[in-house]
Amino acid sequence: MPVNPMTSSEESLADQVIQAYRDKQPLRIVGGGSKSALGHTVTGTDLCLNHYQGIINYEPSELVITARAGTPLHIIEATLAEQGQMLGFEPPRYNNKATLGGTIACGLSGPRRPYSGAARDFVLGCRMINGKGERLNFGGQVMKNVAGYDVSRLMCGAQGTLGVLLDISLKVVPRPQLEQTLSLECDETQARTLLNNLGLKPLPISATCYQDGQLCIRLSGSESAVMAAAQFIGGEQQIGGEQLSGDEALTGREQLWQQLREQQLPIFKQPFFWRLSLPPATGPLPKEIVEQQVIEWGGAQRWITSQADPETVWNLARSLGGHGTRYGTDESLRQPLEPGLFKLSQQLRTSFDPERILNPGRLYPTL
Amino acid sequence: MTLSPDSLHPDSQHPEAQREQRLNDLLPLLRQLIPTQYIITEVEQLRAYECDAFTTMRQLPLLTVLPDTIEQVQHVMRCCHQLDIPVVARGAGTGLTAGSMPVENGVLLGMSRFDQIYNIDPDNRTALIGPGVRNLAVTEAAAVHNLYFAPDPSSQLACSVGGNVAENAGGVHCLKYGLTVHNILELEMVTASGELITLGSAALDAAGYDLTAILTGSEGLLGIVVRIRVKLLPRAESCRVMLAAFATIEDAGQAIAAVIGAGIIPAGLEMIDQTGICAIEELMHAGYPVDAAAVIICELDGGEAEVEDELQQVIQIFRELHATDIQIAEDAEQSTRIWAARKAAFPALARLAPDNYIMDGTIPRRALAQVWKQINLLADQYQLQVVNVFHAGDGNMHPSILFDSSNEEEHQRAFELGTRILELCIEVGGTISGEHGIGLEKINQMCLQFNPQELAQFHALKQAFDAKTLLNPGKQIPTLARCAEFNGLHVHNGEMPFPHLERF
Ligand SMILES: Cc1cc2nc3c(=O)[nH]c(=O)nc-3n(C[C@H](O)[C@H](O)[C@H](O)COP(=O)(O)OP(=O)(O)OC[C@H]3O[C@@H](n4cnc5c(N)ncnc54)[C@H](O)[C@@H]3O)c2cc1C
Repeated sequence: MPVNPMTSSEESLADQVIQAYRDKQPLRIVGGGSKSALGHTVTGTDLCLNHYQGIINYEPSELVITARAGTPLHIIEATLAEQGQMLGFEPPRYNNKATLGGTIACGLSGPRRPYSGAARDFVLGCRMINGKGERLNFGGQVMKNVAGYDVSRLMCGAQGTLGVLLDISLKVVPRPQLEQTLSLECDETQARTLLNNLGLKPLPISATCYQDGQLCIRLSGSESAVMAAAQFIGGEQQIGGEQLSGDEALTGREQLWQQLREQQLPIFKQPFFWRLSLPPATGPLPKEIVEQQVIEWGGAQRWITSQADPETVWNLARSLGGHGTRYGTDESLRQPLEPGLFKLSQQLRTSFDPERILNPGRLYPTL
Repeated sequence: MTLSPDSLHPDSQHPEAQREQRLNDLLPLLRQLIPTQYIITEVEQLRAYECDAFTTMRQLPLLTVLPDTIEQVQHVMRCCHQLDIPVVARGAGTGLTAGSMPVENGVLLGMSRFDQIYNIDPDNRTALIGPGVRNLAVTEAAAVHNLYFAPDPSSQLACSVGGNVAENAGGVHCLKYGLTVHNILELEMVTASGELITLGSAALDAAGYDLTAILTGSEGLLGIVVRIRVKLLPRAESCRVMLAAFATIEDAGQAIAAVIGAGIIPAGLEMIDQTGICAIEELMHAGYPVDAAAVIICELDGGEAEVEDELQQVIQIFRELHATDIQIAEDAEQSTRIWAARKAAFPALARLAPDNYIMDGTIPRRALAQVWKQINLLADQYQLQVVNVFHAGDGNMHPSILFDSSNEEEHQRAFELGTRILELCIEVGGTISGEHGIGLEKINQMCLQFNPQELAQFHALKQAFDAKTLLNPGKQIPTLARCAEFNGLHVHNGEMPFPHLERF
């Protein structure tokens, strides 16, 4: 469903970048503003993408959608839903202003991520403006594309520091016929053992969440697959004699995934909370460091609160093979990179944005 | 900054003299850390490394070095960095685009001795391996846990996972389970200057830029991959394979789009044209219907009941599109036979002609039938036989142009036909390569897909990793000068439909 081309505004965006490049003046790239707290505060002239909207191309049988970066996420999701499709990475929105560009630039993925892939796994191509104001096209609209370096995936999570996203092409997936949530009272170790065992079976698990002695498992897929899996997990995988509850106990469970995805659970209301990204089978974290916690992604993503200083939490995450980010009300703090990797990242940034004008310092103050 | 080929060899010395000089400089340094038997300098032995599976392009390296520790790789890189000597990495040499073909008077870095599986972690469903491990070996080692490594290129018996990472290899199952980039978590990489850097992590993501993504598919131009943590998936409970014959290409092409449009994602969805069917049947006797215009192989996997449902749906779709003959494998043996025949496509085609130029363009599924017919038209006009055996589900065409390279004119004609086919792919919104990569083989066609600014951005990115342009120089990303020359000679689309034809 093509919409009016907004080429004039594309040109004006590029012109603003060219001007900033000439003047060596920093730009603050803004979509809907819903995710400003996901990076450091950037000072610079606003480069507004929220008017650069519209779905450029969507053909359900190709499983591909191409849209302008400023398109509100909820519009994209509604358009896909009409055709029985969806974004496989279940991105958080936070609010209705969230744009596609902001979502991809932040590389945000929701509860479904470990089972169907992250935002970057669905990116097929993009058009972007680099730090010299050049409009460039990488990747495309097809499922497989190895012509040149995979720059469009690199844009995921770069938070605009490598380029201003203009249009993005994403692979989309069919909506599952049925979703069902199972829940189980158990302790963390039991939950982990169960999830490790289930991980070796080809089950249609699409999300997990453990908090306060309760493990929830969401199943998504064809009716037959979900029913079979529910029966298998409920019937055979008992822990300590406890029984998993089936559909009778479902009421209100769907809400959990929504709250988890949109970060509305109580833990996200704390002034500071941490996201630890860890190998999924990691055991319980030391009690001296962790206060509250919500474990999702089969163990791979843990939201915690902690009184410990950032260094301590980072060291813990590093020692376990992962990393941590502290989120706060207006800024977030990322785990420092190893010196060699940091230097390479700086060189990479310079190769896209030689004057360092695009969202400078947003990811790391000196990057 | 210019990157003309000449700037790669700044010393205008005679190649032979340069070779002597470089050997004298480099050998004593290499030997400080690498046992002599793993440094090959004899021309006869070096012949084994002069090309990959794209055998029409060859080049002897200065020497081949076969390290087996990360320290040794770092040492090789430091020595070469110090002496400004280019380095080309090689996995198993099954690449189809001359990617691991050596560069003149450059070092060939063979990674085959990095063939260890360090650990298989069933709880985290990962394997930590050396880049020289064969693709299939990972799946074999993980099988005891009911796990496997999803990317399965047809070359999986031989190709290395390091090579898979470098090419972002796909396979018959990537429609559902993703390409290499979707199935790796962490890479350890040695840079052009010999530094060891870890990209990604054992978790699902890492802090900072997604450098695992950019390294995947970078064809050995950004760094040497020395260790890989791959993701493993649980084996599906049930799996059904079917083969359907169609009387027309249009019906077959539509059938592909219809299956995907119905919300079914088969584990594999492959298509073979008539010449392909006959060639395969002659070699494998798999029971392929030799009179069909095209066959589709469709594999469905998942839970038992789910697969049964989908199977019925697919049969229905195929029938509606006039499938003439639908065979459904009744057991694992029959499934294996159908797949083995598909995977034997390359040897089968090799029997038809001395040489076989395999294209790898990828197009939107909706354009399959149209492009397929246009390819056949072009083939007639170029008086060459083209056979199509390909990953239809993801639109990845593999037209194989059959020719005889001993006939210089025919060789030239095959290359031009190849370019026309790739142009066609770009025209319908596709790409010149879906999984085989660019290497040297498709370097000119990169000029058709990317404009000078985009190419300059690629070069700048490369410089961020490899400021001296020592890693696999001259491959994957053409210089602007090269493109100016190519685009000048090459008549662009939009002008006369087939401007070269009068010459044949
Ligand atoms: C019969 C046949 C069928 C094939 N089928 C498929 C298919 O279905 N799908 C598919 O995607 N491909 C296919 N291929 C192509 C090929 O097998 C793949 O590209 C494979 O990934 C190459 O692996 P390799 O180990 O042989 O790499 P090589 O050919 O040795 O090298 C390929 C590239 O990787 C680089 N490289 C290798 N190792 C490293 C390393 N450790 N670090 C950095 N760079 C490195 C090299 O420099 C080169 O650029 C097929 C090839 C053949 C011959």
